[in-house]
Parts: sequence; C-alpha cells; structure tokens
Amino acid sequence: MAREHIEENLYVSGHTACAGCGQSMAVRIVMNAAGKNTMVANSTGCLEVFSTKAPETAFGLPWVHSLFENSAAVASGIELALKQQGKLDSTKIIAQAGDGGTGDIGLQAISGMLERGHDILYVCYDNEAYMNTGIQRSGSTPFYANTTTSPVGKRSVGNPTIKKPMVEICAAHHIPYSATASVGNPKDIEKKVKKALSIRGPKYLQIHVPCPLGWRSDPSKTIEIAKIAVQTGLYPIVEYEYGKLANVQKITPKPVEEYLKVQGRFSHILKNKEALEAVQKVANQNIAYYNLVSQ
Amino acid sequence: MKKFIEGSWAMADAAKMCRPQVVAAYPITPQTHIVEHLAEFVANGELKAESVNVESEHSAASAVLGAQIAGVRTFTCTSSQGLLLMGEVVFCIAGMRLPVMMICANRAISAPINIWNDQQDSISLRDAGWIQVYAENNQEAVDLVIAGYKIGENAKIMLPIMVCVDGFILTHGMETVDMPDQELVDKFLPPYDPPYKLDVNNPISFGLLGDPTVYLENRYALHKTLEEVLTLLPKVGAEYKQLTGRDSVKLVEEYKTADADTILVAMGSVCGSIKDVIDMERQKGNKVGLLKIVCYRPFPKEAIKKVLDKAQYIGIVDKDISLGAEGALYTEIKALADSNKKVSGFVAGLGGRDITVKSIQTIIESTKKEVNRCKFIDLKQELLWDEFKVA
Repeated sequence: MAREHIEENLYVSGHTACAGCGQSMAVRIVMNAAGKNTMVANSTGCLEVFSTKAPETAFGLPWVHSLFENSAAVASGIELALKQQGKLDSTKIIAQAGDGGTGDIGLQAISGMLERGHDILYVCYDNEAYMNTGIQRSGSTPFYANTTTSPVGKRSVGNPTIKKPMVEICAAHHIPYSATASVGNPKDIEKKVKKALSIRGPKYLQIHVPCPLGWRSDPSKTIEIAKIAVQTGLYPIVEYEYGKLANVQKITPKPVEEYLKVQGRFSHILKNKEALEAVQKVANQNIAYYNLVSQ
Repeated sequence: MKKFIEGSWAMADAAKMCRPQVVAAYPITPQTHIVEHLAEFVANGELKAESVNVESEHSAASAVLGAQIAGVRTFTCTSSQGLLLMGEVVFCIAGMRLPVMMICANRAISAPINIWNDQQDSISLRDAGWIQVYAENNQEAVDLVIAGYKIGENAKIMLPIMVCVDGFILTHGMETVDMPDQELVDKFLPPYDPPYKLDVNNPISFGLLGDPTVYLENRYALHKTLEEVLTLLPKVGAEYKQLTGRDSVKLVEEYKTADADTILVAMGSVCGSIKDVIDMERQKGNKVGLLKIVCYRPFPKEAIKKVLDKAQYIGIVDKDISLGAEGALYTEIKALADSNKKVSGFVAGLGGRDITVKSIQTIIESTKKEVNRCKFIDLKQELLWDEFKVA
C-alpha cells in the first residue's frame, strides 16, 4: 500500500467486504472526517473481520480491536491514558461497533462510558442484525424483518419487536450529542462526525448501513435503499443535544412499501395486507413522535 | 521501612510505588481495600494517575487493556466472580502481549455464593497466558508486585502478570511488612516504554484476525515466551534481592526438604501453616518438608522435579478442584513425579474452611499411609448423603 494513498484515505480499499456493503462505505466517511489524529477502538464484527485480517489492515490510523462487547471500555482506557500523557487535546478517540456489539452485548459498556463522561465518539454502524454470524436478529432488527433467528413461518411474520431506541437510550444519559445518520447521505455523516468531535465529552452517532447479504438487496442499490428508509419514516434522522431533541431531518413520507419491496428480508410482507399496515404504523409513529413532516 | 500494616494497604502501596498511570477496577470482596487505597492515593495526589471505578470487571479489564495499548503502565485488581467475568478479556490481554498487572485476591466461586478464600478463581484462568505467582504472606505479595512489573514488561516477554494473594487471610491480615523506598523502586523499575503502542504518528492496527494460516504460530510464540519467564524470573529475583536483601521472587521455595522422606506441595498462605506443622512434626522425628510453588505459570517443571526426587512420599494440597477430575496442582505434580513415588492429592480449605494444624497433620499421615488421588480434608460427614460419606 503506497504511503500517500493511506494519507489521503484513512480507510483504504483492498479489504474483503461484500460488494455494496453499507458499513464499509460509512467507515471510510467517518475515518476521513475524523482525520489522522484519531485513535479507534473497534468491536468484533464484520468490519473487523473484513478490514484487518493479519497481516493486513485497511486502517491508516491507530486502531485496536480486542473483543465484541468492550470497544467503549477499551476506548475509555485509551482516553485515560492519553489524559495522563497530555495528548488528549490533540487526539480524538472513536469507539465503533455494529448494532449487536452496541445495543445488545455492548450496552453496559457504552452506558458506563457515557456516564463517566469520557471524551469519546461512539459510532454504531446499524445494519440491523448479526450479519457476521449469519443474519441473526439483534435488538436493532426492524419490525417483521425475516432473519435466521426470527424466521417467517406459519406462526411468525418475522421479527416481532421494534428497534431498540439506542439514540434515545444514549441521549437519556444527557450527553452533549446523540444522533442518527444514514450512509445514504455521506455529507451529513461527515458533518455530524466533525460536529461530534468538536465537542468535549461522550458522543453517540448511529449510522444506518444497508447490508445487501442480510437484507437480500441489490448491492448496487445500497445508497438508494438507505435513502428510502429515511424517506419512509422508518429511519428517522435526528440529533439530541444534552438529552433534548435538537434537530430532525424533515421528510415528505413515502409509503413503507417502497422500502420493503426492494429487500428480500421483507418480501413476505408485501402480500400480507395486515403486516404491511403494521409496518406502516411503525413509520407513522416515528413521523408523529419526531414530527418528521413539515407543517 | 518496616510497617505493621494491613495486607491490602501494603499491596496498594507497592502498586503505587510502581507508578501506574491508569488504575481501573470494579468492587468485589475481598479485593476492595486494595483499590480503595489506590483511589485515595490518586485523590490526595500521592499517585499521579487516573483511577476509574468502571461498571463491571469486564470493563475494568478492557479499560486497562486500552490504556496499556495506548502506552501507559496500568493496574487492576479483582476476585472470584469478577475474575471470571473478566475471563475473555484476561485471555485477550495475554494474546495481545500487554504487560498488565493484576492482583487476584483469591476467593471461592459460586454456587453456593461464598466470599471466603480458596484458589479456584485464578486456577480456573491458569491457561490464559498470564504469568501467575502465589504469595505466602504480605511481604511476598509486595515483592511480587514490584518485581512482577519488571518481569512482565521485559521487552522480550511483554506478558501480563497475576499476583495471587489469599483473600482475607492476606488482604485483610495485619503483618509486619518491610516496604521498599520509592527511590529504590524507581531504580529497580524503569518507566514503561513499550516497543509498540497506539500512536497517530506511527499508525498500527492491533488485535487483527488470525486465521488458520497464522493462529497456531501465534499461540506457539505465546507459549514459548511464557516459558522464557522461567529463566527471567530468577534473574529479576536476584536483582531484587541485591536491592532489598529479600529472596522472595523465585520459582519455588524449599523448606526442610534436604533429608525429607515426605514432601508436601502447596501454594499461597497455607504454606505458612504447613511450615509450622513441619517444625512440630520434626520435633517428633518425622522427616517432613515443603515444596512451595511461587510461580505456577509458567510451570517450573525442572525446579519442581529436582525437589520431588528427594522424597518417597509426596502430598499435594489443592485449594481448588477440577470437578470430575482432581486438584489442579495434583494433576501436574503427579505427571512429573517418578512412578515409584507415592503421590497423593488433597483438596482442602474450599470456600474459606480453615486448614488447621490438625488438617495438615491428617494430610501428612495420609500421604505416608496410603495413596489418594483426590482426598477431601475435613469433610463434615453429617452434611453428606449416605452414599457420599467417607468411611
């Protein structure tokens, strides 16, 4: 890998992510927005597997992976060390994980990191299931999605629960910044990463990243699908500051069918009127809760 | 300077003198006094460090992992369930070659829940790739902490070290401890300067995926490196002895083994009681000796074998059990001893049951009389089902 290439791009090609991987795209945007004076603590998951198989790495900044549920705690330790070394003013710290490593197995470590007030940006790449292990449901899997552990059957319409509200759970710690973004809007990710890193204290950013393998979607449509998720109201783009809702991205709502029909994980819903209405209701609730439509 | 001092205070003081920059822990009995004292040192400015009480032992271990890889010396401390909760991080710290220092205040494992001492916790993590040493008394605990940093941080070794101290018996026991001066510790232990760390000017990725083409060699290198501690530890011990006059940092210790026909083998604080009983037995003409294992991992086979060769009867005292098999130390000693030796294994003191003079006398008598693989000492027959009663 040419040195200049690494310096331009802090996350480079040559890794083994699937075609159209939304997470991989988002990581590049986040790393480049953060800049080279950043240290990254990474959880176990797809990203770590496809980007850092020994002896290679796709990362051009100091990066460490240890386990699945502990990137927030590892980052906490890094932050304390930098404080002692007098380097905290000049160095940013990012902890990052998938949705399972964040909202399920990593929830306790994140809550600890937020409560203790560490100067860290936590980034969750939300592809809405355990993709690395073979598309098992997580707490972040959407309502009625078909996964290998929430399969569709005679007595099941797929995942029976709605997404765990991680952005609110983090905001409830009254941290300076807790927000969502979508890989469908790279400029917005860049802006939010820079904004978050300009603030001292704990920050949380959750980025919606389609997974063509797990969602059974066209790899060439990743960005488009991410955009539709936002436009239907199924993935609200919001910003919380010190526990209060500060900004929402307004939408002109599209019917959820637009989003569901381009993904195999929802194909069973399209002919099921009742299920379709139930998913629409989830979107409507989001629209009402966050006031997503301009009056 | 000699001080009459609580064990936890002595150990915290020893850790402080090693100048760790990040101390992360989560409270669990009987470890608490150690980290409380360290928090005090940080609060009153005696120790320039970050002291953090995290939300679990898993995060305590993860935080010291993160701090250590960012390039600073760290300290953590736990017991029992806490160590088990740390378990996967404990393995990871060794695999990532981070010389973390941990004091394990040895305590029994649930269920039933029990806060008292045995050594099941650290024994259960013996395969993690850490250096494991067991202290007989608080003087040894202090010495092993200070020397332990130097051993783990050796540029060729770079491995974590667990100093195991019997919970309550040592942590809460008051003893006279000769505390080294700060000046001496500074002379002995140079500032931590790892060959690799997170550095924005030299970006390296740590903790990569090791697939089947590299994993085996990685574990082999870890194993070989840990074995090198068998050579390094006595050298550091000799250096420490030169400075302090104390010969406490070593692989094993022998007590009256030269002419012994019977040798007991044990680790930790029970060795003190065994020495007393040996003195009593020798007055009666019984030629009994003790082999104290200080360094359990790496396992000092040669040093142990040399001592075992001296006696005919070997009795191993385990404060742990590999359920369904036998005591951990027994399995390993038995594998080393010549086949003509009479080797017996005893499980004693689990969950804080006192190992008394009488318990040790029973062990000695039994070792000479018959061979047992896994004999529990001081069982209360009235608490057992009939089919489990021992004749």
